[in-house]
Parts: sequence; C-alpha cells; structure tokens
Amino acid sequence: MSLLEIKNLHAIVGEREILKGIDLTVNPGEVHAIMGPNGSGKSTLAQVVAGRELYHVTGGEVLYDGKDLLAMAPEDRAREGIFLAFQYPVEIPGVSNMYFLKAALNTVRKTRGLPELDAMDFLNLVREKMKLMDMEQTLLNRPVNTGFSGGEKKRNEIFQMAVLEPRLAILDETDSGLDIDALRVVAGGVNALRDPQRSMIVVTHYQRLLNYIVPDFVHVLAGGRIVKSGGKELALQLEESGYAGMGIYDEGEAA
Amino acid sequence: MSSPPNTIETLANQEYKWGFVTDIEADAIPRGLSEDVIRLISAKKQEPEWLLDWRLKAYRHWQTMQEPTWANVHYPPIDYQDIIYYAAPKSKKDAPKSLDEVDPELLKTYEKLGIPLKEQELLAGVAVDAVFDSVSVATTFKGKLKAMGIIFCSFSEAVREHPDLVRKYLGTVVPSSDNFFAALNSAVFSDGSFCYVPKGVRCPMELSTYFRINAKDTGQFERTLIIADEGAYVSYLEGCTAPMRDTNQLHAAVVELIALDNAQIKYSTVQNWYPGDKEGKGGIYNFVTKRGACRGVNSKISWTQVETGSAITWKYPSCLLMGDNSVGEFYSVAVTNNYQQADTGTKMIHIGKNTTSTIVSKGISAGHGQNTYRGGVKILKSATGARNYSQCDSMLMGDQCGAHTFPYLEVKNTSSQVEHEASTSKIGEDQIFYLRQRGLSTEDAVSMIVHGFCKEVFRELPMEFAVEAQKLLGISLEGSVG
Repeated sequence: MSLLEIKNLHAIVGEREILKGIDLTVNPGEVHAIMGPNGSGKSTLAQVVAGRELYHVTGGEVLYDGKDLLAMAPEDRAREGIFLAFQYPVEIPGVSNMYFLKAALNTVRKTRGLPELDAMDFLNLVREKMKLMDMEQTLLNRPVNTGFSGGEKKRNEIFQMAVLEPRLAILDETDSGLDIDALRVVAGGVNALRDPQRSMIVVTHYQRLLNYIVPDFVHVLAGGRIVKSGGKELALQLEESGYAGMGIYDEGEAA
Repeated sequence: MSSPPNTIETLANQEYKWGFVTDIEADAIPRGLSEDVIRLISAKKQEPEWLLDWRLKAYRHWQTMQEPTWANVHYPPIDYQDIIYYAAPKSKKDAPKSLDEVDPELLKTYEKLGIPLKEQELLAGVAVDAVFDSVSVATTFKGKLKAMGIIFCSFSEAVREHPDLVRKYLGTVVPSSDNFFAALNSAVFSDGSFCYVPKGVRCPMELSTYFRINAKDTGQFERTLIIADEGAYVSYLEGCTAPMRDTNQLHAAVVELIALDNAQIKYSTVQNWYPGDKEGKGGIYNFVTKRGACRGVNSKISWTQVETGSAITWKYPSCLLMGDNSVGEFYSVAVTNNYQQADTGTKMIHIGKNTTSTIVSKGISAGHGQNTYRGGVKILKSATGARNYSQCDSMLMGDQCGAHTFPYLEVKNTSSQVEHEASTSKIGEDQIFYLRQRGLSTEDAVSMIVHGFCKEVFRELPMEFAVEAQKLLGISLEGSVG
C-alpha cells in the first residue's frame, strides 16, 4: 500500500487558488523531488500536507497510510509520522532546543506505543544524532532557533528529523541559504536517514541539492499542477534548459 | 462561574441587628462603613485600644481621600457603603455541601492542576467535617518553627500574643494614610498573616498561608506583616495556585515587609482569583498595596508575582532601599485574557549607598485584555553608586488586546546607573504551527511559548510553585489562540 496518496488536491489561501489539482503517490522508501518555478505551489503543497490552517483545501483528498489525512489535526499528523523540515524555521525564545525536542519526541513515542524517554536516555540518543549532523552540543541548550544562523537552523531541522524518525519527511527548500559545506552536511544527514520504511518529499528550487540527495522520482510543479514527472534525469534536464526552456511557466508569469 | 447560593443576599436580608456590640455570634454586620462599624470589627476581634485608635485614625483620613484614577483600568464606581466589612468566619450553612454544588468550570481547572480531591473541597469552600491532612502537617510544622523562635500565625493571633511586635512595625512601611485603598484596609482589615524571624535564623521551609488552614477565610481586607530580624532569611509564598471560590468583589490588601541588617525576604505570589466570565462580567477587583523596607545594611527583598486572575489588578510591590548595599528585586508575570485589566509594576526607591534593584516584568495580553506596566525608579541624592536594571517585555495574542508601558525615572545622584529595556512581541501563528508540526497540542504549544517568554521570572519561583504557575498560564490562556 502506498504511504501517501494525493488525489486532485485543490487549495486556496485567501481568495487565491494555489493548488489546482495535484496528484501524487508516494510509496514507502521512495524519495520524490518536487521542483518548479517560484510561486508554483511547492511550499503550499508541503504546508497543506503538514496541515497548516492558513491554507484551505477546497477539493480532492489525501490518504496517509490509508487514513483521511485532511481530517487530522497537524499535531496528529506529526504524531503519526509526518515531519516537515521548514523552509523558515521559527524562533521560540526562552524554550531550550533540548526541552522542546524531548517533549516532541515523547508525544510521538506515546503515539507509537513506546515508553517515554527519561532525561538520561534522551541525552544519549541526542548525542548520537548530533554526530550525524556535525552539530555543536551548545545548540541544544540554546533557545529553539533563536539567534541561529541560517545554516544552523537548517541543520537543526534535519537533526530534529533524525531524532523524531518520521515515516514521511517533507523537506521544504532545505538547501536554500546553505553554503556548499553546509549543504553537504545536511544532505549527508538526510541520506543517512534513508530507509526502506521512510519516504521523503524533497521540495527544491535548484537541482544542486539533488546531486547529494538522489531522488527516485522528480516532479515539476507549475501553476498549481504537476506538469511533468520522471526519474532523476528530469532534474538534470531542467538544470540545463531552465523551466522556460522546457515550456514550463508559472501561470501568473505566463499570463 | 456562578456565585454560590446568594451569600451576600442572605446576609443582607437578615434581621437588622443594631445592638450589635454584644452580639458576637452574628456572622456578619450590616452593609456600610462608619466609625461604629470599625468599633464593632475591633470589638469582635477583642483588639486592644491602640489598634482601634489606629483603625479610626485611618478611617478618618480615608474619608478625606479620593479614589485614585490614574491607573489604566476602567470599572464602574464602587459603592463603599454597599460592602459588608466583616463576615468571618463564613458559616458552614452557606457553603456548598459537596463538590456537586460547585461550579464545574472551577472543578475542571482543579483537575487540570492535578489537585487532590480533599484539597479541591477545601479550596471550593465545601464544608468538610473530616479532618484534613494538612491540619496535622500544619501542627508539626508549627512546632518546628516555634522551636526556632519563628512566629508564624494569623494577624489576629499576633495582635493577641505578640502585641509589642505588631505595634512596633504595623504601618511603618505602608502608613495608614498611604493611599486610598491602604487607608481603607487599615480601617477595616479583618485578618491576615504575621511572621517574625528572629536574629540569625534561616527559616528552613517556605512559609505559606496554605499550611495555615485557618487563614483560608481572611476575607477581602487582608493584612500581612513580615519581619526578618538581623541576619534572618525567610521565603514566603502567598496564596494558592488554584482559583478560590470567593464571592467578594473588592479586595484591598496590604502587605508590609521589613528586612533589618543582612536580612533577606523572598515573597512569591501566584494570584488566580476569579477573573470574570468571557464577556467580562463579575470578577474580583484586586487593589493591593505591597511594600518592603530594606532597613538594614546588605538587606534584600525580592518580590516574585504571577498574576493570572482578577478582573482588575492594581498592584505595585515596591522596595524602599534604605540600608547601604541593600537589594530590591521585582519579577512579574501578568496575564490578562478576555476582559481582564492589569495595571501593575513596582517602585524602587534608592536611599542608601550602593543600593541595587532589578525589575523584570512580563506582560501577556490575550482576548480583550489590557496589560499595563507601571514602574518607578527613584534614586535619591543620598544613594551614591546606586544601580537599577529594568526590563519589561510584552506579548500580545490576537489583535483585540493591549499592552502599555509607563516607566518613570527620577535620578538625583549622578554616580548612579539606570538601564531600561523594553520589547513587545506577538505570539505567532507560525510559532504555534511549528510546535504542532512536531507533535505538540495547541495548548501545549502556547504554554511552551509563553513559558519561554516568562522564563526569567519562573526561575525565581520556588520549584513546585513554578510548575503550577506554568500549568496555570496554560489554563488562563486556553482558547485565546487558534
């Protein structure tokens, strides 16, 4: 059975329709890349799957593990294993990264029927995952994302993903704002988390990231629809000729 | 929250008892305030002549005073002749017979705070006959304190048992003529707490009215007096984290703290009185005068408050830094939700040399709440080398609420240093979504964000208080976002 099945999904923000009929099926273990020009709806798709209430779904359905995803609250989706690595991770002043992540992990564990981790076990787990992301331990004691550099924020996202071990990870422009070294570290972390039971949707503007995180499928989103799908070669083609060169315009831009 | 069965009406409709002086059996006295009423209160409490005179002097002064209007709060005029000034102890007849008669909203809150059933009954004012566990706790506790020479009792008991101490210190920090509400309190105060820690004694436990079971019905005009003699230390917890069943509308309490040479007093409050309903009906007016005098050298007074209740809060716990090197601190979290209004802050008056003060104020407004920080830092000419640091942060939830900051500075000594920082932030839908995306419920998310915002204040609270304060904040702000 597929893990995620999106059928004819329509979504609006305010009055504006952004998703105009998305179809996408993700099976366990698959990595799907979603590419597309600015404003094509990539981030919206990521946010809608995560349950952001800012966007209203006006049509279609989304099945996650056979269940009606759209009927679930964002926290329930998270507890069931959906993880969104944010394009712009949010700062939460005064709340330590460690305290926050422990609370998050324990709610997720509870849902999975696992016992809650105490402070010691949690610390051990966290130390192990930090190595993966080449992170400094001081980041743990600092308030969530507060005063983090762009690169630190992105690393922190993937670090959280490593700790929470989701079934479906959605990486929203995780490469934006990263220099090449940071990109390697982040991609290395993501690759280490690839697993036959874990699916990923990698939203990116540039092909560059896909050199490091090699996808099984590439989809091109434009004007709120998937206009082209293919293997990893599609990304290379896009890189060469650009979106316009392949006749792909955002509706707004084309008009 | 509905008010319990017409206590006030019952009292008001009872037979008019003017020959009252001998009738000590009566639960309450008629409405209104006059010298006779004050004489009656004093007589009921079998007070000495000097205290009655003190009350009367306060009353006469009060009559010449105007209710203050400078605070940023709005409420209909209070009819001071429509208040019953003495109604203790509350009769068991009027109390709910069991928890079934108590407002379910209140019970829901108790449940969320994890308060045991027996305590719920006590807090809700249920007439319980069974011996409550804490009574024995309180007794052993009192024995231990007594052995160390610490006096901790109700104000009335202190007047009877330790009149010299009371007379020596009462009204020396907050004079009876200090302000409208303090004068009113001085005239009619019913009861309260008294604490004296002798020279060189460090009180080994947090003192709390909670342990003093007889303090639960001290009424609306409470009076607290705490004295830490030379080298003494005491940490005092006021009130209770659970909302008290209370029919009173106006609370005008006075708290006086006195720290002598090298003494330290830490005073923590978690106030969660009835804030009124979602439309802003009902709720308590909390008009409190709290002041501490650091009389001795190297003395320290630290106020920590978490204010989540009351319809209106008017409260400025302050420090008079008289002794050289004395230290004053004020840490505050004030939450206003729905139609609550809070005008709160502190005054730090630097008199002695090298005195220092720290002010950390966190205001949270949600719903239609209005939150005002009002702080005064005054450095007198004599206060060479004085320093103050103030930080006031406001957090807004939604777009109907308000945050206001009025810092007043008066510096008369050029060798002093004063710093003020202020910020206003809005709790973001994006912050909440971020936390929910990691599996936290909206409630937990709001509570975590707010807790982070208040962290500097919470860490000043005693451990168990801090945990409950965090839960309380979550409950107070429930439904205010998302």
